[in-house]
Amino acid sequence: MSAEIREREALFSSKNIKLLKNPLNLSNPITVQVLGICSALAVTAKLEPAIVMAISVTLVTAVANVVISVLRNGIPPRIRIIVQLVVVATLVIVVDQILKAFVYDVSKQLSVFVGLIITNCIIMGRLEAFAMANKPWPSFLDGIGNGLGYGLILIVIAFFRELLGSGSIYGFNLIPEQFYELGYKNNGLMILPPMALIVVGVIIWVQRYYTRDLIEKN
Amino acid sequence: MQEIFNIFIKSIFIDNMIFAYFLGMCSYLAVSKTVKTSVGLGAAVIFVLGITVPVDYMLNEYILKAGALEWLDASFVNVDLSFLSFIMFIAIIASMVQLVEMIVEKFSPALYSSLGIFLPLIAVNCAILGGSLFMQEREYQSLAQATSFGLGSGVGWFLAIVGIAAIREKIRYSDVPAPLRGLGITFIITGLMGIAFMSFLGIKL
Repeated sequence: MSAEIREREALFSSKNIKLLKNPLNLSNPITVQVLGICSALAVTAKLEPAIVMAISVTLVTAVANVVISVLRNGIPPRIRIIVQLVVVATLVIVVDQILKAFVYDVSKQLSVFVGLIITNCIIMGRLEAFAMANKPWPSFLDGIGNGLGYGLILIVIAFFRELLGSGSIYGFNLIPEQFYELGYKNNGLMILPPMALIVVGVIIWVQRYYTRDLIEKN
Repeated sequence: MQEIFNIFIKSIFIDNMIFAYFLGMCSYLAVSKTVKTSVGLGAAVIFVLGITVPVDYMLNEYILKAGALEWLDASFVNVDLSFLSFIMFIAIIASMVQLVEMIVEKFSPALYSSLGIFLPLIAVNCAILGGSLFMQEREYQSLAQATSFGLGSGVGWFLAIVGIAAIREKIRYSDVPAPLRGLGITFIITGLMGIAFMSFLGIKL
């Protein structure tokens, strides 16, 4: 009865829009919540695997959030981690098989990192913190929002690493031939793993410089 | 024997979980505030990796790999279950962590309370699942090789987290630019440590 009387919340109410928008900056999964760093750094030497990874993670997060949110009242709290892992692992197997079927090269480049989506802390974190306590539709938006926030950072890192490291964007050469003749060299260090960490450090620096609230008290 | 030792050294220094593959970064960043807790977490990771990698190796060798089920019956020779490996590995890891947790709670309550929340969290530490997936991808030849790879990766992770925790304890006395404080500077230090570890790349084993 009461459900009929209660006014239905609009699909894109301001609260729901916030779920979608906050993870892009104020509660960004990578630079603020420090979740899902592992894969963010390893797949960003080139733009293409980074984009594929961003899409995969967004889809898995959103769908897993919905599934767990639907099941949330039936999951015994003691074994919820296992239930969550099984749901996520199943989705990741589907994603892995799709990647192998349609973009085999990228799937080979990503190697173990597709499998590691299972233990991507963003997904487990959102399931624990959000989907276990909210309805399916907000959970879906939350999943998409966090996936996009993750993807945004991934694409920014990959953009700079590929531009400076290989002189190209998405495989197209951007640096004109004359530059190389004048003595310009690609910075090979940018492709190596440690530079990914330093690029993230700089992104955090820039973000916190403009969003003062995020600065940590030491 | 030499091969096993080489794998051990290689997985500690050259293929270091943190500096070469960024695995287990989430807990690495979250728990590296003091040396004491990071030693506890590091030890737990060595322990769990040392158990799960060999178990997953046997699982892969006798059940999941293409043709692995031949020992059951010759008619299974064409069965390839490797698409199931993610879910099987994570199930093994989750149950092993649960088991380890119960054993530690029973026999060493002091260690149990000092590890606290970290022990169950290890189940979702990328380094553990990553260890099993690398083991599968690199096709180690024997159980001993897989075990030494698991232990070596654990020791490498331990060294990395204890190192960064020690640096973070000291850096509190430094004047870091405000927006970089905390997380930002930790990333940059890890990057510099990674560059230092790259000097091991030249070693051929």
